[in-house]
Amino acid sequence: MNTPDLKVNLAGVTLNNPVMTASGTFGSGEEYSEFVDLNRLGAVVTKGVANIPWKGNDTPRIAEVTSGMLNAVGLQNPGIDVFAKRDIPFLKKFDTKIIVNVCGKSEQDYVEVVERLADEPVDMLEINISCPNVKEGGIAFGQDPSAAAAITRAVKKVAKQPVIMKLSPNVTDIALMAKAVEEAGADCVSLINTLTGMKIDINKRAFVLANKTGGMSGPAIKPIAVRMVYQVANAVKIPIIGMGGISNASDAIEFIMAGATAVSVGTANFVNPYATIEIVDGITKFMKDNGIKSLDEIRGCVK
Amino acid sequence: MSKTKKSALVLSVDTLGEGITQIWLSCKEVASEAVAGQFINAYCNDNTRILPRPISICEIDKEEGKLRIVFRVVGSGTDEFSKLKEGDSIDIMGPLGNGFTLKDEPAIIMGGGIGIPPMLEVAKQLTCEKTIVLGYRDSLFLKDEFEKYGKVVVSTEDGSFGTKGNVIDAIKENDVKGKVIYACGPKPMLKGIKAYALENNIEAQISMEERMACGIGACLACVCKSSQVDAHSNVNNKRVCKDGPVFYAQEVEL
Repeated sequence: MNTPDLKVNLAGVTLNNPVMTASGTFGSGEEYSEFVDLNRLGAVVTKGVANIPWKGNDTPRIAEVTSGMLNAVGLQNPGIDVFAKRDIPFLKKFDTKIIVNVCGKSEQDYVEVVERLADEPVDMLEINISCPNVKEGGIAFGQDPSAAAAITRAVKKVAKQPVIMKLSPNVTDIALMAKAVEEAGADCVSLINTLTGMKIDINKRAFVLANKTGGMSGPAIKPIAVRMVYQVANAVKIPIIGMGGISNASDAIEFIMAGATAVSVGTANFVNPYATIEIVDGITKFMKDNGIKSLDEIRGCVK
Repeated sequence: MSKTKKSALVLSVDTLGEGITQIWLSCKEVASEAVAGQFINAYCNDNTRILPRPISICEIDKEEGKLRIVFRVVGSGTDEFSKLKEGDSIDIMGPLGNGFTLKDEPAIIMGGGIGIPPMLEVAKQLTCEKTIVLGYRDSLFLKDEFEKYGKVVVSTEDGSFGTKGNVIDAIKENDVKGKVIYACGPKPMLKGIKAYALENNIEAQISMEERMACGIGACLACVCKSSQVDAHSNVNNKRVCKDGPVFYAQEVEL
């Protein structure tokens, strides 16, 4: 049979395959380019970038938990000027789509970054309204439907690229959040960001993370993420980027069957730097083995 | 310099002291590239422990394609490694980070606690005049091996061997002199060494540690505070895994 077509359409942007990186786990691709041919990724989603440099949280910023990890990096980033000068030109050398993750502490912060990116050669913007590790902004906008809708509208007003709103799982009803940003004009949603967690060192009688709490990611959260993607897929018409604990091709296919158009690989990069490419190859093999010509045939196939 | 993630064959596993394990690994791709002061990521075979453990390289045998790691059992991951047997395999990635810049000037090689092992390869490679200063809490390990490469001065916290106190106390008591300090150990020790180097106007290269995830500079978990705004981060943070683990003492705030 013919080679399966892995191309997917994300709000008008065609990706060579559905596999992308999850923001914050892959830098801007440079470090992982020693292991992975970036040309083979559907897209690279960059570490979150703000209008000015952020120094992030104190260390320890990371802790392992059973089949997962907690992080509280706190969105350390060099600011949009350095990012635009250094990271975008680096990524432009590859045949992959560039999705810039945007963070901010106020509506104005987000808008500034989005305006600054308007004339840069990036394909999409992912608006981070769900980081649990920063005190202002971030998740504050991601837990209230009207605040999320307001940020979406403000960003859409100035954005020249399609806008992905990244949703938090730390809510009562994620479908409600998805509907709110869809109505406000979002072109796409990505989910899930990390789940807020905590770890205590019983010998030191102290929190392991300097920030006390951190965002949980990794294989342990995957069933929650699959459930949320399924719920959102049944609530909105805009495409979904599914993520949360994806470590191999079977995991990725689960998300697609739950309704995701594309998938992001995050924590798995730390476990296996070749994870993204192995997932692309594994999806291809699954499609060949099962006579699937296009991912449209299996997307949202569970009803 | 290229990094690889490979399966390494366990050649031997030994206990050097209470809670201290030594493993010789066969992995010629990593051994051929490694320099003194670099580290490897070691991955658990139990996949509920997802993150790699960064472990410094104690000795490099390029001819035989072997690496020696010596570590303290501090949690479930290092406990798993300590139970490996000859003939087992373990995934490793490396060599990672920047090692020491070895100079042909009188050297003081300083290790404290589990910061002692990475100094062995430094002691082995430096052919110039050198004094080795080892700081232990109580029980000694690797001391006889260091003695093959130069004069060894010891401090113990409880005074059971050598100078009672820390490595700086040992330097003062033994009137150790040098032009370049190479050091690895806990933060309070590195702080003391930085101050000593500054007072005596000598160079100090110090190896830092911090909890890591990726080990290659992408995740920004393992930062330390830098004296100047760092070119990569554009804030006063440097990545221990990629910009270090070895820094010139004046580059970092301790």
